[in-house]
Amino acid sequence: MRSLIINQLFTGVSFGAVLLLVALGLALTFGQMNVINMAHGELIMAGAYTVYVLQQAVSGAGTSLLLAIPVAFVVSGAIGLVLEMLLLRRLYGRPLDTLLVTWGVALVLQQAARDIFGAPNKQTLAPDWLTGAVELGAVTLPASRLFILVLAVGAVAGLSLLLRYTSLGRRIRAVVQNRELAETSGIPTVRVDRVTFFIGSGLAGVAGVALTLLGAIGPAMGTSYIIDAFLVVVVGGIGQLKGSVIMAFALGMLNALAEYQVGASVAKVIVFVAIVAFIQWRPQGLFTVRTRSLA
Amino acid sequence: MSMVCGRRTAVYSACLAAVVTLAACGSKVGSSSSSSSSAPAAAIAVSGDSVKIGLLNSLSGTMAISEVTVKNSLMLAVDEINASGGVLGKKLVPVSEDGASDWPTFAEKAQKLISVDRVAAVFGGWTSASRKQMLPVFEKNKALLFYPVQYEGLEASPYIFYSGATTNQQIIPGLDYLKSQGKTKIYLVGSDYVFPRTANKEIKAYAAANGMTIVGEDYKPLGNTEFSAIVDKVKAAKPDAVFNTLNGDSNVAFWKQYKSIGLSPAMTPVISVSIAEEEAKAIGPAYLAGQLTAWNYYMTTPGGANKKFVQAYQAKYGADKPTSDPMEAAYVSVYLWKKMVEKAGSFEVEKVKAAADGITFDAPEGTVVVDGSNHHISKTARIGKIGADGSITEVWNSGQPIKPDPFLKSYPWAAGLA
Amino acid sequence: MTRLTAPGPVRTALGFALGAVALFGVAPVALSAFRLDLLAKYLCFAIVAVGIGLAWGRGGMLTLGQGVFFGLGAYPMAMHLKLAETPAGQLPDFMQLYGEVDALPSWWRPFTSPVVALPAVVLLPMLVAFLLGSAVFRRRVRGPYFAILSQALAAAMAILIVGQQGTTGGTNGLTDIRSFFGFDLDDPVNRRTVYFLVAGSLLAVLAVSRQLIQSRYGELLVAVRDAEERVRFLGYDPALVKTWAYTVAAGMAGLAGALFVCVVRAINPASIDIVPSIGFVIGAAVGGRTTLVGPALGAIAVAWANTALSEQYPATWSYLQGGLFILVVAFLPGGLASLGRVLPARRTVRAAEQEATS
Repeated sequence: MRSLIINQLFTGVSFGAVLLLVALGLALTFGQMNVINMAHGELIMAGAYTVYVLQQAVSGAGTSLLLAIPVAFVVSGAIGLVLEMLLLRRLYGRPLDTLLVTWGVALVLQQAARDIFGAPNKQTLAPDWLTGAVELGAVTLPASRLFILVLAVGAVAGLSLLLRYTSLGRRIRAVVQNRELAETSGIPTVRVDRVTFFIGSGLAGVAGVALTLLGAIGPAMGTSYIIDAFLVVVVGGIGQLKGSVIMAFALGMLNALAEYQVGASVAKVIVFVAIVAFIQWRPQGLFTVRTRSLA
Repeated sequence: MSMVCGRRTAVYSACLAAVVTLAACGSKVGSSSSSSSSAPAAAIAVSGDSVKIGLLNSLSGTMAISEVTVKNSLMLAVDEINASGGVLGKKLVPVSEDGASDWPTFAEKAQKLISVDRVAAVFGGWTSASRKQMLPVFEKNKALLFYPVQYEGLEASPYIFYSGATTNQQIIPGLDYLKSQGKTKIYLVGSDYVFPRTANKEIKAYAAANGMTIVGEDYKPLGNTEFSAIVDKVKAAKPDAVFNTLNGDSNVAFWKQYKSIGLSPAMTPVISVSIAEEEAKAIGPAYLAGQLTAWNYYMTTPGGANKKFVQAYQAKYGADKPTSDPMEAAYVSVYLWKKMVEKAGSFEVEKVKAAADGITFDAPEGTVVVDGSNHHISKTARIGKIGADGSITEVWNSGQPIKPDPFLKSYPWAAGLA
Repeated sequence: MTRLTAPGPVRTALGFALGAVALFGVAPVALSAFRLDLLAKYLCFAIVAVGIGLAWGRGGMLTLGQGVFFGLGAYPMAMHLKLAETPAGQLPDFMQLYGEVDALPSWWRPFTSPVVALPAVVLLPMLVAFLLGSAVFRRRVRGPYFAILSQALAAAMAILIVGQQGTTGGTNGLTDIRSFFGFDLDDPVNRRTVYFLVAGSLLAVLAVSRQLIQSRYGELLVAVRDAEERVRFLGYDPALVKTWAYTVAAGMAGLAGALFVCVVRAINPASIDIVPSIGFVIGAAVGGRTTLVGPALGAIAVAWANTALSEQYPATWSYLQGGLFILVVAFLPGGLASLGRVLPARRTVRAAEQEATS
């Protein structure tokens, strides 16, 4: 019985880790820049396809997977950067239009993936050390899940260190808290925006690498995560990472526990209803940066 | 805040009401005029030396992956038939439409094929939802649909021919096989839609009558890829076998996570009813090797007819392309229609229907016979094992073709299911 | 941006007459029965789009979940028609098929009566939207938060319906609806009547929308969109203003859903999920969301293009749809309706520039 509870908790935590990885990039681009990137799921997809392409070129499933993490970061980051420079730049201050435009971008990217890689799912090989499970007594912890957990924690740690201790991080925070003041203080906000968007998109690529361990690699893979990811950021509250982190694990846990009790479909509905109720309670999310703006 | 919806609106509404009432009212259901004015059997366009047939498959959207392969094998059959002189001396002209993985679109395009293109028969459809949506269209227009995919049974439309398996030709043999192997504790995992839910209902009835126990039942929304809770539950329930009715992308996620929690075919085998050669390739043999499938046809099924089919298919579409059960059923359906037309000596729907009973064809899966009473065909059930290279080899078959029984009337335990 | 008012009474009456002639006079004669059926379906989408024009274009609420209300109109209608066809004492066909229930579920029963079912197709979505809207807008949930929330609701609703197969028909939905209040839906004459019903509803919905836009309420709605806080400081309750627009839009979506059932003769969760919900918005965006007829025309055009292009070029359609969306929203936020205004304006500017330089 106890092992079952531990297993359930671990399931919740590992689902939370997936949500966190998928949502982390959004927490940066949506949370910090207020850009709603509906193509975030397709940036995840790009990261996953990066693993596939690398596996064709590099022998050794483990090497190519580890190598894919930085490569996918750059690939997805670059796609995001292009997107920012060509389109989103013009749309700052029009969040709803951004949402719709990036949805159009998502459609185009999906079809592009279909044309480049073909409609059927691609398969990647996981290295042996990631296909097994770690047995702790009666508790089974899949290695791939542990890997994703480590990756998620690492990404959060890296990102918060970056935001807290580097000059780039200080600039990003300054722009988040007061764009005008930052600009008048000589911070090149355009460049800061660009770098922030690159990092946020790159994190989507890393999430894509992780997802290859769990599911299918196909043109539509991003769509199944995008709503969950947005919900994490929305209920977590914008402007701070800790809200997203807490909410990712809370939602993961809620989802997993509900799934054990009532099955996946009803669990999903319960989570959505809980989120609507939560928004009633805290419309600005769990944490939010206090600003004096009225909007 | 007063909402001034003044007189003008009232005037508009009055005009509208007038216009709408001006439109003549048609017949009521069951009234005498309905028989005269309701659509007569659609005229079929037979011009000179050609006749049109409709191919209705999803060429875009989520189902395109599967349905494009069906369209390919339909085209193969059409080409072969045309090369050997056509049907009743007429060349077949295929009109292809995209169902776009959207069920109302299937009904819309079916209507178009029937009333605009005036095709002699339509071939296609994959999901139950698309078939249910098309069914009234074909019944109302008195036109023919050939549906090539295994499905949940409990249906026998007079205007649909089912060339895929019904449940007593796939799921029940699968259960028989598990029983013969001494597997009595079964866990059910499926996608949340009609086929898995209906199939599982039948499985539960079978289990109750055959001394098997169902230790768990779980459904995932289509496309969902988070399976950690389900594989964990499977592992905790310690079943003898898992009956898998998942469809689509979920399968990939299920298999990766199934293996990652340490479940293996030796310990807990899974029998799947929606994984054919194409899907096995996409999921990856690394995750599937040693697991079981239940179908009526495999690419490796012995016999000259299959050898010819596989060769012709690969010659047309590429040497690395696998063939699968739904593709074979689609290929067969065109030939069955050809034989019905030739027996009837006419393309007329009612005559073709009347000629259907007892039509046989030496299909790649073996000889099949059309049952005129329910429009299904007899098929041999085959249990296959997935190999390390992704190919599927037969480990058991039913010995002889099983007569179709879509409503499971010949199974006492199934009484009261439908 | 200039003050956005609807065209004057003369132009409106003319436009209205023109629309009526096109829909009631030209279309039934020019189109085959099959194409007329398709047009009826597009007009249903147009009705949803008119509502979106009101809520989003005028009220600034981007609702990505109109499928919820479309479904709340469609399902009651389909349930009623299904029950009307079912012999007394029997269960609808799919309930017998799946055999999960022995008796008609209590929440189906009210829809046996047309007196309940017909008003419900509009009032039920409006009620839900009102409750939801007053809760959400009062807590000042807006902009992208609202958009994402509404989208999640559409997903939740679709999943819920799929999961309750025994009583909702699951993914297959409610199919095989053959008659409309005793009138045989296979009869071409009756199908044309259904088309007239849809076309008439579209004109009625446009009339309602125009009255709302022109009224003081319409001005207030635009004011809330552009400067919610100022409206609040003036003593109005912006939440209530928004809730009403949202509610009316939901009623329109519900009406469209009910009509959709009569045209398509089936409803299933795939028609109310996220993708069709965004599809409704595309039409409104492409046509011009702030205008009266823009959303309706946009919805018809996009649906028509979808049918026409996806037949021949399924892949190209995805690019085109995405590309069109990007171009229109990013570079022509007023939609195609504003082309008429943007182009002459550009030309005037260019002419003025040339004059200035020469």
